[in-house]
Amino acid sequence: MTDAPARTEPRPESHPAGPRPTLSEVAATYPERRPPRGRAWAAVRRVLRHVALIAFGLVMLYPLLWMLASSFKPTELIFREPGLIPTEWDFGNYTDGWNALLDPFSHYLLNSAIVVLGSVLGNLVSCSMAAYAFARLKFRGRNLWFAIMLMSIMLPIHVIIVPQYILFSSLSWINTFLPLIVPKLLATDAFFVFLMVQFFRGIPKDLDEAARLDGCGHGRIFLRIMLPLSLPALATTAIFTFIWTWNDFFSQLIFLTKPDMYTVPIALRTFVDATSNSSWGPLFAMSIVSLIPVFLVFLFGQKYLVKGIATTGIK
Amino acid sequence: MAVIQEVARTRGAARERRKGDGKAAALFLAPWFVGLVLVTAFPLVASLYLSFTDYSLLEAPGWIGLENYTAMFSDPRFFQALKVTFTYVLVSVPLQLAAALALAMVLDKGLRGLAFYRSVYYLPSLLGGSVAIAILWRQVFGADGLVNQVLGFFGIEGVGWVSHPDYALGTLMILNVWTFGAPMIIFLAGLRQIPAMYYEAASIDGAGRWRRFRSITVPLLTPIIFFNLVLQLIGAFQSFTQAFIVSGGTGGPVDSTLFYTLYLYEKGFSSYQMGYASAMAWFLLLVVAGMTAVNFLASKFWVFYDD
Repeated sequence: MTDAPARTEPRPESHPAGPRPTLSEVAATYPERRPPRGRAWAAVRRVLRHVALIAFGLVMLYPLLWMLASSFKPTELIFREPGLIPTEWDFGNYTDGWNALLDPFSHYLLNSAIVVLGSVLGNLVSCSMAAYAFARLKFRGRNLWFAIMLMSIMLPIHVIIVPQYILFSSLSWINTFLPLIVPKLLATDAFFVFLMVQFFRGIPKDLDEAARLDGCGHGRIFLRIMLPLSLPALATTAIFTFIWTWNDFFSQLIFLTKPDMYTVPIALRTFVDATSNSSWGPLFAMSIVSLIPVFLVFLFGQKYLVKGIATTGIK
Repeated sequence: MAVIQEVARTRGAARERRKGDGKAAALFLAPWFVGLVLVTAFPLVASLYLSFTDYSLLEAPGWIGLENYTAMFSDPRFFQALKVTFTYVLVSVPLQLAAALALAMVLDKGLRGLAFYRSVYYLPSLLGGSVAIAILWRQVFGADGLVNQVLGFFGIEGVGWVSHPDYALGTLMILNVWTFGAPMIIFLAGLRQIPAMYYEAASIDGAGRWRRFRSITVPLLTPIIFFNLVLQLIGAFQSFTQAFIVSGGTGGPVDSTLFYTLYLYEKGFSSYQMGYASAMAWFLLLVVAGMTAVNFLASKFWVFYDD
């Protein structure tokens, strides 16, 4: 009888992806209103602005590009050549760096991949469940628990790391990946709970109410309605968890002390500590290798990254 | 039909309210709750307890009262760590936010290629916290590093920036300012919320560019500025990786980059004075909480909410 309210893409207000005609209007109005010095002058200004923005971007990214270039230079050139095109190519840096530590670098990449994969899965499952409860269920003390959840976002990890270490070491979890993964299965990255609560709130309630009338329980509503409609929020969560965990240094430094269990950041740290001026080439090469996964995620997940930051302010 | 929907909705809502969803909520919240208790709350309380003990991981903790705290307040390195951290936070966060706002303003002029520039400026934010970038920084600001090579090109002889006690912290501040992309994106989102008609009206009234910025953009953006400020302050207070890698884990040269977290790590996990480290941890919590509270209180005087 009732036509389904046409497939409306849920767009919570907080996501600033909606129509934004204002910007072009702004652009169209006030620069033009300036004393008319002719279209040519406006065009010149526009070009100049682009030149300045590109130059600034180049300065910002120069260290990165230079590191990439330097990873192909013989080490002594790294300390003499500020330019981007190597005058002499040395691909040996990558093979040297790959084998510079006890295990080949692939070993550390694999370790990092395990930790990252576990963390992403953990966050997706646990945070979305908690978010469903906060966004859709009525229970006693909801506001209080929600406030506690928000506060836990601000809690510096350094405050709780010592007892955590004691706890995990009494479980014999030190030098396993468990202290890094299990907390994620328990939604301790409360930031993502918050992110998903925001998103869930933007999904029309009619949908789950209709499902309830048809006899769906909360489990089915969560799995069949909320999650499929929340792919953008899930993607944002997955991407940020990936990048944060891949870059994370502090907790991995504390919980992983056996060389076999080292992840990429810890391996790099050992590498840099053992490095005299002679092996910067290989060190740079492995640093580049360690940045590639983040860079790829950045390339393919930009849309979600930008939305995620704009709505919640995460890094 | 609309009526039927409406009735159905209210009926459903009424039933829901009567029953509540306690059971379902308990189920959905179970993992989060276990995590909150075991991984967050219990360690939080335990670290308060440990801060009154001489725990060293080897033997059971013995109660020593306030000794850790008195030791802390007569420890020159503790004060050095506070000084370094506060200097870093108070200098680099405002600079970072200023850069973020400036670039957001430039980009929010409806120019072509916005997405491209936004990505380019944002990339350092994503990579900035990694060990790889810290390694890069160590080279770039080293004695024979990139910066000095470029300076040498102009005939200037630089020093080893990261190994000079006067400059080492500065290099880390530059690194933090370099990651202005994330707050920039938040500012961009905020600028889009400002209705164009405000600017139009002001222009018609003869307001110049600076006047429009000061009287429209800034007041309407204060909630976003405040939000960014709170986030970046809390974040900067906890920075660890860059200082650790650049100084080789020491906080050197001569403790000039001894971040609070670095000293805490050293106490807790190098010399295993876990009681002392816990005292430092609780002090950190008080400082961050206090700073955030002051921020919120002060916000009443300068943050403007449109509604």
